[in-house]
Amino acid sequence: MNSPPHFICTPFSLMACQGLASGETLKSLKAESETLRKKLEEERKKLHDVELEKVAEKAEALGELNMKTRRTLKGHGNKVLCMDWCKDKRRIVSSSQDGKVIVWDAFTTNKEHAVTMPTTWVMACAYAPSGCAIACGGLDNKCSVYPLSLDKDENLAAKKKSVAMHTNYLSGCTFTNSDMQILTSSGDGTSALWDVESGQLLQSFHGHSADVLTLDLAPSETGNTFVSGGSDKKANVWDLRSGQNVQSFDTHDSDINCVKYYPSGDAFASASDDSTCRLFDLRADREVSIYSKDSIMFGAASVDFSLSGRLLFAGYNDYTINVWDVLKGTRVAILFGHENRVSSLRVSPDGTAFCSGSWDNTLRVRQEGRGVGRELKQGGTTLYG
Amino acid sequence: GASFGTGMERVIVAMQDPDMGMKMRNQRLLITVIPHAMTGNDVIEWLIQKYNITEEEARHLGGLLVQYGYIYPLREPRSLLLRSDDSPYRFQTPYFWTSSRWPATELDYAIYLAKKNIRKQGELVDYEKENYSILHKRINHTWDFVVMQAREQLRASKQRRKADRIVLECQEQAYWLINKPCVNMPLYYHYTTLGRNRVKSSICLESFMKYSEQYLHHDPIMSGCLPSNPWISDDTSHWTINTDMVGIPTRLRVERWSFSFMELLNDSMGRREFMIYLEKEFSAENLCFWVACEDLRHGESSKIILKVEEVYKNFLAPGAARWVNIDSKTMERTLEGIKRPHRFIMDDAQMHIYFLMKKYSYPRYLKSELYKNMLAKAIVPQETKKSVFPFMRRQRHSSPSPAMVTQATEDDGKAKGAGPTGTSSTTNSQI
Repeated sequence: MNSPPHFICTPFSLMACQGLASGETLKSLKAESETLRKKLEEERKKLHDVELEKVAEKAEALGELNMKTRRTLKGHGNKVLCMDWCKDKRRIVSSSQDGKVIVWDAFTTNKEHAVTMPTTWVMACAYAPSGCAIACGGLDNKCSVYPLSLDKDENLAAKKKSVAMHTNYLSGCTFTNSDMQILTSSGDGTSALWDVESGQLLQSFHGHSADVLTLDLAPSETGNTFVSGGSDKKANVWDLRSGQNVQSFDTHDSDINCVKYYPSGDAFASASDDSTCRLFDLRADREVSIYSKDSIMFGAASVDFSLSGRLLFAGYNDYTINVWDVLKGTRVAILFGHENRVSSLRVSPDGTAFCSGSWDNTLRVRQEGRGVGRELKQGGTTLYG
Repeated sequence: GASFGTGMERVIVAMQDPDMGMKMRNQRLLITVIPHAMTGNDVIEWLIQKYNITEEEARHLGGLLVQYGYIYPLREPRSLLLRSDDSPYRFQTPYFWTSSRWPATELDYAIYLAKKNIRKQGELVDYEKENYSILHKRINHTWDFVVMQAREQLRASKQRRKADRIVLECQEQAYWLINKPCVNMPLYYHYTTLGRNRVKSSICLESFMKYSEQYLHHDPIMSGCLPSNPWISDDTSHWTINTDMVGIPTRLRVERWSFSFMELLNDSMGRREFMIYLEKEFSAENLCFWVACEDLRHGESSKIILKVEEVYKNFLAPGAARWVNIDSKTMERTLEGIKRPHRFIMDDAQMHIYFLMKKYSYPRYLKSELYKNMLAKAIVPQETKKSVFPFMRRQRHSSPSPAMVTQATEDDGKAKGAGPTGTSSTTNSQI
């Protein structure tokens, strides 16, 4: 038999799946791919009947935002690379270039636990939903879980458990809905789901053509998807069960450093080295907003939404944090204070504040000074923080 | 799922029946003896006998079995034909059955090609060479992993007996002949993407407007919080009045349960209240079932089989104490799937029950006296007035670590919820 063997495929994909049949060249397939791509864009455009800014015209304008630093967490000896909140709304875990991982009660600024990893550049850390453990990793290509012991004398490193193993650096990690599973992203171009107890690989996700830099779990009813962003400028949405790439967005012009779901789960925001943040709607299957300004020339490293999804906080490589009106697309505030790149940014679980970690070795917890509970400013000096 | 697949599987199972199935014997392949094999002739003869069909029909059926990978040839493995002579054939292991396997991934295929390439230069045929270079380009950053896996698998196979090794190689080769993934993924992806349902922009964007508006007063950064924001006032009351175990919830919190079914279930107090309501309606088993399924999905791999058994015993078995009412199709599929349990086996049933509760019980709950009373007695905290001497700082009280509290009330295997929030036990206050 000279012709390729018969395939079991759905009618749609039958044409596409025959591999290189005689007469076909890589060139002709590339051409077909381009035609389809254009057709896809046409289809998407047909349903795009209005812009977000137009719809948002009737939304109330936001007044001036007055966010102040309320806590400064000092203790890391080198760049802070990542941070995560505990579900108790006040504790934080942060990781640093020098290999140290610290658990803070950010409210009191007390350090509660400290771990020294056997590696530098701990690029990812996460708090377990129960508050009883943390996960972290980086240049060691692994993600390890440390149960948080209350015995001050106990060495946390003794109970360390290696869970994930990649073939390149760990860029991101998060627990899923329980302490028993971890989702990781890696410089090896893959993401993966792991069983914490056994270290077993449950599912791996292939599709990025370069480093995967970030991921976020969807807050949906059925809880089965997550989004990842990579150095290939793509944001991909994945089905946790099948490992399939179900949606892809490729409008960014450079690496995507951070992705975060909108609170309803119907959209997600991204931060990129192309100095823009963008909003992608999953049902419309397209980008619906770009948050950018000519004066912002440096890459955006991290984003998160306020509780209602109205505000988007973004940390940049030019040491600033820009706050965007998600609906109107305008910038409502620019926050200074850090003395080096902002690497990581998260709103607290109940939305009462947000925390930023920076290459200036510190973390700052910030809160809006207006609305209920506003404090007086005495002669221009800030009283707290 | 392919119904023709399960039909063929039935034939294969019958063929391997110890009493009425095919007579297997050793078959010679060059100088190696392969056990448990049969000839093409044997297959056709058996089919004629078993199904009382003509030779033509038996050839056709037998040919399908080879084409779909349930039987594979030992000689000339690339030629997926059933020859009516003494050519040797073997049954493919169920692991490789087309109908039961996950879709073959590019990575698996890359490892297979790398293995062939390492094992013997020039062993890859033309289209395999093309696929190899496409894959090498596309997943180049993972190539170290591919080569490592290929070398590992080759090393492991060297330790097998020659007969086993040949069999396994043939099995694998047959599998990949039939199931090799669409290496030109973009095309496949684009075709499926074209078929997807999309929603108009205007509808999507309106929903963002509605969501922000609905949650505006719940967003502390936009609207502040009562009695005060802990980060500003150093007073943790806002957290203490919103804990899981608090006697009377705040009004905002109870209101939020009405925003969506997910909001109600995500709040442990909301979930408790809903359970009380369902008990009154004699449909509490639905929520119990949902909770058990969540526990299965997010729990340890080692506990899956046990948990599936428990769920079956408590909720699905005929006469079960808390039998849940699922439609017959879903029930049939679930019961079938339980034979090979995995963590997602209850997904269909769980989703069915979830949407049942969402559509019927949830709206009724919101209209019920139970909910209305809760809303009526919910507290609205007083706003803390600015203190007269704002430069006198309050003590910042620490709180018990979640690790400590949860250890005291250990619940094995359960998805753990949020720990306690700031209580005012003063151990050390930090300035």
